[in-house]
Amino acid sequence: MGALIHCQDLWKVYRLGDIGVQALRGVSLSIERGGFVAIMGASGSGKSTLMNILGCLDQPTRGTYLLDGLDIGKAGRDELAEIRNLKIGFVFQSFNLIPRTSALENAQLPLFYRGVPLRQQRERAAAALARVGLSGREHHAPAQLSGGQQQRVAIARALVSQPSILLADEPTGNLDTESSREIMGILDSLNRDDGITIILVTHEQDIAHYAARQIVVKDGQIQSDRSGEPAPIGGH
Amino acid sequence: MGAFIWLTVLTAFRILFRNRMRAGLTMLGIIIGVGAVIAMVSIGHGAKAVVQAQVASMGTNVIIVLPGATTVGGVRGSQGSGVTLTLSDALELKKRVPLLSETGWSKRDVMQIVYGNKNWNTPVNGISPSYLTIRDWSYSSGGPFTQADMEAGARVALIGQTVVENLYDVGEEPVGSVIRIKNVPFRVIGVLAPKGQSAQGSDQDDIIFIPFSTAERKVLGTQFLGSVGALFASTDHPDDLPAAVEGIREVLRARHRLQPEQQDDFTIRTQVDIGLVQEGTSQTLTLMMFSVASISLLVGGIGIMNILLVSVTERTREIGVRMAVGAKRRHILMQFLIEAMTLSLVGGLLGIVFGVIGAQITTVVAGWPTIISAESILVAFFFSLAVGLFFGLYPANKASRLNPIEALRYE
Ligand SMILES: Nc1ncnc2c1ncn2[C@@H]1O[C@H](COP(=O)(O)OP(=O)(O)OP(=O)(O)O)[C@@H](O)[C@H]1O
Ligand SMILES: [Mg+2]
Repeated sequence: MGALIHCQDLWKVYRLGDIGVQALRGVSLSIERGGFVAIMGASGSGKSTLMNILGCLDQPTRGTYLLDGLDIGKAGRDELAEIRNLKIGFVFQSFNLIPRTSALENAQLPLFYRGVPLRQQRERAAAALARVGLSGREHHAPAQLSGGQQQRVAIARALVSQPSILLADEPTGNLDTESSREIMGILDSLNRDDGITIILVTHEQDIAHYAARQIVVKDGQIQSDRSGEPAPIGGH
Repeated sequence: MGAFIWLTVLTAFRILFRNRMRAGLTMLGIIIGVGAVIAMVSIGHGAKAVVQAQVASMGTNVIIVLPGATTVGGVRGSQGSGVTLTLSDALELKKRVPLLSETGWSKRDVMQIVYGNKNWNTPVNGISPSYLTIRDWSYSSGGPFTQADMEAGARVALIGQTVVENLYDVGEEPVGSVIRIKNVPFRVIGVLAPKGQSAQGSDQDDIIFIPFSTAERKVLGTQFLGSVGALFASTDHPDDLPAAVEGIREVLRARHRLQPEQQDDFTIRTQVDIGLVQEGTSQTLTLMMFSVASISLLVGGIGIMNILLVSVTERTREIGVRMAVGAKRRHILMQFLIEAMTLSLVGGLLGIVFGVIGAQITTVVAGWPTIISAESILVAFFFSLAVGLFFGLYPANKASRLNPIEALRYE
């Protein structure tokens, strides 16, 4: 069996008219279950492209991606949706909550598509909101919450389905330092206490230090892949 | 799947309510279309029921032969204006056209009727007893006269409801009383059950029947002895009507010695002819209402499609999020189809309500009878559902085919 994520020579080429943009140029990468990985790199280096492939939102042009032994490159659209639903949680830079819909309903969403009974959806979503410290805010709409709180709702939505992996593309990009620290604290705890594999993209060294492993991407290739003890920055 | 549909419907209603102004305008086409159909169908049904009752009041499978040729537009000389039909024609028809189960005849003239110190002008019909059977007359009191009365030239009369109302006091029993027709005393032996208006709009209850022989001898005068104002016949089965009509025509033409190039000197009518005229008008009405309805529904459907396309664009990010957390194509497809059908269904229900109210108002204001059928409501219901489904398909399909990454990145 081995690694949860196993990528071999991933290529992603975007066609823009006559020219092809090579966003990934042969990325090979393995990530163990329970890992905490930060992906860094300059703008346009291919971080988001890699994250989208790892998150099964997109498929590589070339190369193989095995997630839990499943060949993602060969999966169809609906299969990918199902894999995302069962194994992956997403946290986005811009929160991406459904507007004018309560925190609870936002957090319920993955269970809704999994066909979980309504009552159970509510209970589990409420538990997930409690986990991110939002008890009592279940019926608030996103517009009634601060950025940090919105991002916590997004994390609750990501973890409600008990995924193996949580993917966060610049989760603190829109947040102030204080909120960023809170969010990272939650992610850190999810990794340590719940054993959820976390992969996050960030531009900030401070944030990257939460991760046990830092990968730097440059021009669609892995430039460095360094494991080290996470620095004890922030904390709670 | 149950929870999915339930929540999606709930969400659809919430979105509809949130954008109620926009939704209301979108639904206008459906509301007008369905409302028009419901109102028009109920008016149509009401009118049809009236016509049917009128046609039925003629009796069943009735053939009427009138003297004189049919002229353009079906207008003919008044009954009895010619002398082309005679009693012997009637007797001959009975013998020679076996499809006829009954034949009868009548002759009429408007006369003054006197009872006590009251008088009333009404058509007095001298008829054969069989006429009463053919025309399906029944009696609210008393009963018909018989063949014996006919042969004896008895002075007995059957009077219609309108005559009763004009000659008798309320609560007074006409049967057994004596009225005077042209100063000849007649004993009233029956009151006819009311039939209401005829298909031509005349009051069928303003009438008096007396035996034909009595009428000829005592009342109508002997000027054209043996002539009749109209012949009546009936068949056992409606399918026999066309053949019977042909039989009658043949016999009468032979008796009247008409050459092949000559026109009939009589006119044959059946209920079918009378019903057809009415049906023609109601078909025009039906056609008109369906064009109004289908245009409104088309406009309504396009409105729904338009608003949904706007909604899909506005909610592109939401669609991306839903896809990211595991919505499959069919989930997104269903979500937008349900939203489209919610719109069209609410529009349809409002249309049904307005249609029913419109029909009631028509009855009250214009005095037209209306019948609201469960059938038309059900059809309207499913039709509006179908409109939503049909016009929702394109936007829903478009939403379900979005690329999740592009949708998530949409500004
Ligand atoms: N859909 C697309 N079509 C064409 N080119 C694309 C597309 N998505 C990304 N690219 C290109 O691929 C390259 C990598 O983009 P990517 O979004 O992965 O960068 P990134 O490392 O996430 O940058 P940032 O830090 O700014 O988010 C860029 O050159 C970008 O222009
Ligand atoms: Mg990026």
